[in-house]
Amino acid sequence: MAVEAPPAAARPAAAPSGSRPVPHRADRLRTWALGMWSALALLYLFIPIFIIVLFSFNDPQGRFNFTWQGFTLDHWSNPFANPDIATAMKNSLLIAGISTLIATALGTFMAMALVRYGFRGRGAVDFFIFLPLSTPEVVLGAALLALFLTAGINTGFATIVIAHVMFTISYVVVTVKARLEGMDRHIEEAAMDLGATEWATFRKVTFPMIAPGVAAAALLAAAISVDDYVITSFNAGQTVTFPLFIFGATRQGVPPEVNVLATALLLIVLILMALNVVVQRRLARRDAVRQAAAAADVP
Amino acid sequence: MLRLSLRRRRALLPWLFLGPGLLWLVIFFAIPLVNQLNVSLQTGDPETGYTFNWAFGTYSEAIGDYHEQFLRSIGYSATATVLCFVIAFPLAYFIAFKAGRYKNVMLLLIVLPFFVSYVLRTVSWQLILSDNGWVAERLRDVGLIGEDGRLLATRTAVIAGITYNFLPFMALPLYVSLEKIDRRLIEAATDLYASRATAFRKVTLPLALPGIFAGSLLTFIPACGDFINAALLGTPRQYMIGNVIQNKFLVIQDYPEAAALSFILMSFILVGIGLYARALGARNLTEAAI
Repeated sequence: MAVEAPPAAARPAAAPSGSRPVPHRADRLRTWALGMWSALALLYLFIPIFIIVLFSFNDPQGRFNFTWQGFTLDHWSNPFANPDIATAMKNSLLIAGISTLIATALGTFMAMALVRYGFRGRGAVDFFIFLPLSTPEVVLGAALLALFLTAGINTGFATIVIAHVMFTISYVVVTVKARLEGMDRHIEEAAMDLGATEWATFRKVTFPMIAPGVAAAALLAAAISVDDYVITSFNAGQTVTFPLFIFGATRQGVPPEVNVLATALLLIVLILMALNVVVQRRLARRDAVRQAAAAADVP
Repeated sequence: MLRLSLRRRRALLPWLFLGPGLLWLVIFFAIPLVNQLNVSLQTGDPETGYTFNWAFGTYSEAIGDYHEQFLRSIGYSATATVLCFVIAFPLAYFIAFKAGRYKNVMLLLIVLPFFVSYVLRTVSWQLILSDNGWVAERLRDVGLIGEDGRLLATRTAVIAGITYNFLPFMALPLYVSLEKIDRRLIEAATDLYASRATAFRKVTLPLALPGIFAGSLLTFIPACGDFINAALLGTPRQYMIGNVIQNKFLVIQDYPEAAALSFILMSFILVGIGLYARALGARNLTEAAI
């Protein structure tokens, strides 16, 4: 391999190891341009969110919440004034709760089997679990509806739950698998060497270690379930969920109460995330103090 | 003797764990797909019922009637995927290499819009792009669009909507793969007299391939079947194959043709993933995508 020597002027002398090279003007310009681009991309992501928050304070004359008419807090004081919204929200939360519970339980055990045991057919099972993720939702929803029609099952609340479990299982498996793969098997082996039964090992060692992964998987499943429109629209029958309500309301204009609920959810998520950061910092500080104390004890 | 039974129990255990979930996926995912193939080969109408008679004609009919929507779906999704990549790559690169202590905040900002309903976000774009909205009026003022020019109900609106909705699906995998890159490899390349551009092309980009692969699949596949953007931001002239399938199933109740259409869509995507994986040289599909 021939390496062409570059002109000396174009190449700064190699910085001595340990010290960082002084950033060049071109470097700074590049970083600045990248930063600007990133800021614009994030702005693009947030433009519709700003509008949604803004219009939760709108005071529409008539049914249309299309143009800015004036500021009001009315919708914030009573977001469930419209009984249809309340029902839709209740359905969405119930469906998300039930389907998340089922999907997380089934998916966690599947992930354990896939990571922990070498068995014949593992590759095939892996691929089979991956398939729903690579199928467009419209196909999943339509195929399931065709099955219910063929079997003569009426679509409604139960069929939505069945559909949601079906398409969130794969997400759960993938998330929990990632956590399991990063885990040290020796800790479990140590527990078993010390006489713990398999069940006790699972309860006292394995589960606490994968719990964050399982929690993340459950959150993901719940978020996907609450937000799903496509698959739900096929299998909902007469049941209305929150996304179905919004889509149905687009023709007459989405009522401001919907914006209020969306904004409130966003606020709750933000507060939870902030709390998480605070708790993590506290824990990190406590650990640091403990470690310092432990180090002080050791001569 | 005891060892043998233990071994047999060991062999059974994974299937015991897999059983319930696998059963659910077989009944509500695999069987519906097979059933759909069966339905697509039936003839009949909603009143008299359908009978199975190897009606392959439905497939040629479906392609004949709706090839336009198929091509449109592919075109729109491909355009949106490329746009997502162009927007998200610098963003992911900045977060991975330059953001420093703002890394987590920026990642949070990418995820946050997810917590607002997908349909509601699209409705919000409808509002922003509407004919008497602020944006359209300003653009008319400066003459960028004609007096009766529209933003809503155009191809651009639908593609922009898809790009918007799937941008995080591109940005996050890109970030993950860029973050994993060992910086010393890039340093080594520049130390060995590679220019910045060469180091990027020969080191950074190839190492980011798994992220590019995963990101474009996570964007392209759902975009291909999407019908919300076309329904809310477009007109029937921008309808995609998802709109046709949904309409056939829920409104017209022409089940065989709807089933044929969704079968064609699924086969196209599976073949597409295979070819794409080959082209990018991804070792293992699941490994790269997950």
